[in-house]
Amino acid sequence: MKNDLIDVPQIKKTKEHINDYQTNLDKVVKVVLVGNPNVGKSCIFNHMSGMYVDVSNFPGTTVSITKSFFQGAELYDTPGIYGVSSFNDEERVAKDIILSADVVINVVNGLHLERDLFLTQQLIEMGKKVTLILNFSDVVQKKKIKINTQLLSELLGVEIIETSAVTKKGFDQLQNAVKLAKVGNQNLDLQFMLQHLIDKGISKAEALLIIEGDSITASKNFMQPGLSDDREKIYITRRSKVNEIVTLVEYEDSKKGEIFNQLGRLSLHPKTGVPILIVILSLVYFFIGDFVSQQVVDFTENKIGKELFEFNVKSFIANFNESTILVSSLDEPGNVVENKTFRFPNGMASDTKLKNEFLTFSNKQEIAIDFQFSNPILRLFFGEFGVITMTITYLFFLLLPLVIGFYFVMAILEDSGYLPRLATMMDRAFNKIGLNGKAVIPIMLGFGCITMANVTTRLLGTSREKTIVTAILQFVIPCSAQLAVITVLLSGAGLKPLLIFVTVITIVLITLSTLMHKLLPGESSPLLLDLPMMRIPRLDNILKKTFFRSYGFMKEAGVWFFIGAIIIGIFEIFGILEIWQNILAPLTTEWLKLPKETATAFVMGMVRRDFGAAGLFDLNLTSMQVTVAIITITLFVPCIASFIVMLKERGLKEGFAIWVATWISAFTIGGIVAQIII
Amino acid sequence: MSNSTLDKAQKGRLVTIINLPFGELRAHLIRLGITEGDSIKCIERLPGGTIVIQKNRQEIAIGYDLAKKIKIILH
Repeated sequence: MKNDLIDVPQIKKTKEHINDYQTNLDKVVKVVLVGNPNVGKSCIFNHMSGMYVDVSNFPGTTVSITKSFFQGAELYDTPGIYGVSSFNDEERVAKDIILSADVVINVVNGLHLERDLFLTQQLIEMGKKVTLILNFSDVVQKKKIKINTQLLSELLGVEIIETSAVTKKGFDQLQNAVKLAKVGNQNLDLQFMLQHLIDKGISKAEALLIIEGDSITASKNFMQPGLSDDREKIYITRRSKVNEIVTLVEYEDSKKGEIFNQLGRLSLHPKTGVPILIVILSLVYFFIGDFVSQQVVDFTENKIGKELFEFNVKSFIANFNESTILVSSLDEPGNVVENKTFRFPNGMASDTKLKNEFLTFSNKQEIAIDFQFSNPILRLFFGEFGVITMTITYLFFLLLPLVIGFYFVMAILEDSGYLPRLATMMDRAFNKIGLNGKAVIPIMLGFGCITMANVTTRLLGTSREKTIVTAILQFVIPCSAQLAVITVLLSGAGLKPLLIFVTVITIVLITLSTLMHKLLPGESSPLLLDLPMMRIPRLDNILKKTFFRSYGFMKEAGVWFFIGAIIIGIFEIFGILEIWQNILAPLTTEWLKLPKETATAFVMGMVRRDFGAAGLFDLNLTSMQVTVAIITITLFVPCIASFIVMLKERGLKEGFAIWVATWISAFTIGGIVAQIII
Repeated sequence: MSNSTLDKAQKGRLVTIINLPFGELRAHLIRLGITEGDSIKCIERLPGGTIVIQKNRQEIAIGYDLAKKIKIILH
């Protein structure tokens, strides 16, 4: 029976195959790179693409697509997939691009032929012109594995280019990748199954997907998707064929374990994995918590953002407009030594003497300058919460360094192969709250930036899991900016507030996630994760990844920070902040037992969480009041950027439900704690 | 030899898969290279039942709920 599965070279070629051996380059419009995750696809893409690269979101989905040009044709990078179908967003996007491709360049990891050739075989069966890139050839050699590429090429019916991403071996051959592409050996049994669809004018690629049960492709062609029995038959046939090919072409000399493999094994089991995790988290903390968020951000936010950028922009505006400038000089601990007010009824430029006096006075080390413009429009754009001044400082000089730092660390963890192992180790713990191990990734990112983490929930399997993680992120996880303020507030208050804070937040986390698991309908997906081999990440890959993700994040979330700033600016101009304060007053003073002004901190917390917490510095709170305030603010609504990204990711209904629920839970729980401890 | 499910596999032991669950997960498993009749090695069994298996050089983590649904023969 096996003999009809494997179509060794004597296969009869279909019509499509006979036409041209060499692909006519003029006719190639769209070249697509396809491969399983972790095959070194982006490295190949980077080499082929050269300078111009465009990252964009695929219409209607949240998957980003990288596009460039190669030999005059459009070159697309696709998300890593194990097969062509519509099981998730990544696959849907990859499928659409593959269907419209003229040439498919399929990157394969030489160490995982059995897994990777499944996709290759499917691409060939789709009737696509394919060139195979056999990557990791150096690692394959090191592991004493021999692959007979000549025979593999004959069995598949496509050309093979051997490459090594590390030594760049074979990269010069990539120039021929498009030219060499051809339709591989076709399976006659399959051809027979597809013929009735092909006769109706449906392309072979789409016909295959329809028979495999892809309902999206089916309804596009007004057809019924194939039965699961058909998919089963095709899948099993394909799997057997691939297995057979691999036994024919691959010889293994020895099976030596490596140190990295060993490390990978150790990081799976909690006994050894938890210590490894602690070491990694400490390193991450020193890098992000200490180096990036203290030293780097201190420099970028204060020196570049406030002193250089904001000062010059505001001075420029003040030159030509009515303005009042309050300058306070400070001593080392930050106490005000001297206040001066400079008034320019006709703009700074009209009063050179006073302007020089102002410039001399403000040209000191420790200084706080507050530009006040009488024109409300100017206030909106250049004032304290100015859409242009504050948002740019916040976005580019505070958030961007943090985002880059986080994505850098994530890229290292990802490329080293550690993250999937961490997800595996945490799997069982997450099962208890209706998630699987993969949820560890967005939650970890949440401690950096909730907005960023909201985007990452996409990698979770079902909508139910996305909802649970999104809710956990908005309710209990404090972002790095907020953590910094909380740490400062708590450090002055002693051990007891810290313990109360951690206990309350933990209880809320457990209760919330358990409740959601119990109440939300539907099922969560079990963990099924391919663990890539452990290796030392490549710096250029890490940097590229960090760059593209940071860029993508800024592009996606950036605009919402501006919109948020406009909203809060308008609130300020029309005195809406004060109205809020008064509305919330009974709640703050009676129920939370905090001063009335704390309400401002809550309102500000809606814009930026750390604003909310920072607003507490100026109020003279007792240590128990501090505890209540930070518990309430941590549980309170997410910042406006993450709120909007959440609405985009999870839809209006769910997003608003979570948002309203954070209001209720923050004040309820904060109040209960207040009634007990104050 | 005895019939069992994958969550019962012990660390370091070889098992033969005799039945995979239906649906999308089945398709995923086949793509990753796991089919009925395959012999695979259980390289780690975490507390709680998450299983890590190895086939050739490839390692795959399988959650408890899925492992329960995969029928195997223990060697």
